[in-house]
Amino acid sequence: MSGPSTYVPKSAIGRWFESRLPIIGLVHGSFVAYPTPRNLNYMWTFGAILSFMLVSQIVTGIVLAMHYTPHTDYAFSSVERIMRDVNWGWFIRYAHANGASMFFIAVYMHMFRGLYYGSYKAPREVLWILGVIIFLLMMATAFMGYVLPWGQMSFWGATVITNLFSAIPLVGEAITTWLWGGYSVDNPTLNRFFSLHYLLPFMLVGIVVLHVWALHVVGQNNPVGVEVKNVQRDTLPFTPYATLKDSVALVLFLIFFSWFIFFMPNYLGHADNYIEANPLVTPAHIVPEWYFLPFYAILRAVPSKLGGVIAMFGAIAVLAFLPWLDTSRVRSAAYRPVYRVFFWVFVAVCIGLGYLGAMPAEGGYVIASRILTLYYFAFFLLIMPLLGMFETPRAVPATIADAVLAKKGPVMNPAE
Amino acid sequence: MLYITTGAFAAVGAGAVAWPFISQMNPDASTVALASTEVDISAIPEGGILTVKWRGKPVFIRHRTKKEIDEAVATPLNQLPDPQADKARVKKPEWLVVVGVCTHLGCVPLGAPGSRGDFDGWFCPCHGSHYDTSGRIRRGPAPTNLPVPEYDFVSDTKLRIG
Repeated sequence: MSGPSTYVPKSAIGRWFESRLPIIGLVHGSFVAYPTPRNLNYMWTFGAILSFMLVSQIVTGIVLAMHYTPHTDYAFSSVERIMRDVNWGWFIRYAHANGASMFFIAVYMHMFRGLYYGSYKAPREVLWILGVIIFLLMMATAFMGYVLPWGQMSFWGATVITNLFSAIPLVGEAITTWLWGGYSVDNPTLNRFFSLHYLLPFMLVGIVVLHVWALHVVGQNNPVGVEVKNVQRDTLPFTPYATLKDSVALVLFLIFFSWFIFFMPNYLGHADNYIEANPLVTPAHIVPEWYFLPFYAILRAVPSKLGGVIAMFGAIAVLAFLPWLDTSRVRSAAYRPVYRVFFWVFVAVCIGLGYLGAMPAEGGYVIASRILTLYYFAFFLLIMPLLGMFETPRAVPATIADAVLAKKGPVMNPAE
Repeated sequence: MLYITTGAFAAVGAGAVAWPFISQMNPDASTVALASTEVDISAIPEGGILTVKWRGKPVFIRHRTKKEIDEAVATPLNQLPDPQADKARVKKPEWLVVVGVCTHLGCVPLGAPGSRGDFDGWFCPCHGSHYDTSGRIRRGPAPTNLPVPEYDFVSDTKLRIG
């Protein structure tokens, strides 16, 4: 869709440079002239917001690493020193800790957007799978980052999550010992988590580049779900149209982000993490960070150790197979009246699982978790494949321009 | 033939270089060397539990009452998810020594009176596993009994773990 760039530098120096390293042309072709469907709504701004959050996390993280000590004896107090003594340390740490939550809010919006508008369907399968890999890397990074302050939740969260691997038959114990570098979560574990927590964001940057590359090869999906047929009629240049729309959304998102940093910085955290790690006392109620709660609920819903671990990882792995599980010929839920109902139930189920993940694992909560877990998997493994065969979709507009015209009157193309 | 030989040597070489990078993550010599701990058990009253740290993990030393021993011995093996007779888990019936790490996902089960679960042993608050007075799993997601570490009675009042 992007094709060879038509960018021609105006200055002689520009032309000299471009013929040796065409990087300005690459940027121009990807982020200025790049044609975007003219009907994109605000749900399409989360890609830009996510890019911003990744950079924000890397910048605040690099600064925090200048003041943090990855040792079981000093980690907790070095974080307190960041909060009390380091100039602006409180601000940078709160921006980093809440930034992780904002990153996940944005990624969940981005994923549900893809799920609603069928953005995973051909020819965007590779793009979608790269997204699933990004999501997995994000979870690994966030998990290891949460261990670093070495509070009670850090320690016990790390213990529970690394113990997931001990469910693997035969080699599980050996793998867990290998992950720990000892016989329990201890200093070697903290050290390696710090090293990997610093590494993974840069691997994320690499996969994000592939994700954007794949996006620019196949082009963006759009709310109507039909491909661009006529670049003149169906698209607008990325700059200024998408750039400015993304900027407006980013400003609104930053206001939301700032509200957390400045007015409720510990709302999304857990009070027990302000108690230093104690390997002999487990807090009465261990909960992971909110963004892991739905998966944690699935883990606890299954009454077997190995089964729970398989269900939890399966809940993420199933996403990668989505392009082949959805059999519908129509992409966008806007034209799928039945799918739309199941989709919103699925959203409610995910939120419900999140709530149950934060509740104690007993009585009615467990039964509810089991019902919602069944729906979670049924949505992907039963509803998606069957609905494509039985549902009668509504008439889909022939082109993006037709859809816009039907809604808003004649298309004024600024290029004409 | 030359290609295959060259390729085979390259693969062996790559493996030989990769191994140190994998193996370095295993417990180092100083961690492995943390072998054993000696504990004075004379101060533990009947019914009491002492928690000591061994290899970074808690170990429960429980001075069992007559009632607790009887409960553990009387339990039929077919009621146990991980069948093991009580006498295979203790050296002296009144002393139970187990690693205090839930076999589900590694939390420390609670053993204070009142929070010992439905079988008078231990209760893991993380995901709701109940253990009995022999440290055996009775209900909940944990797959196996609390492990018994290697230990010896040095004297009547001294215990060496490891």
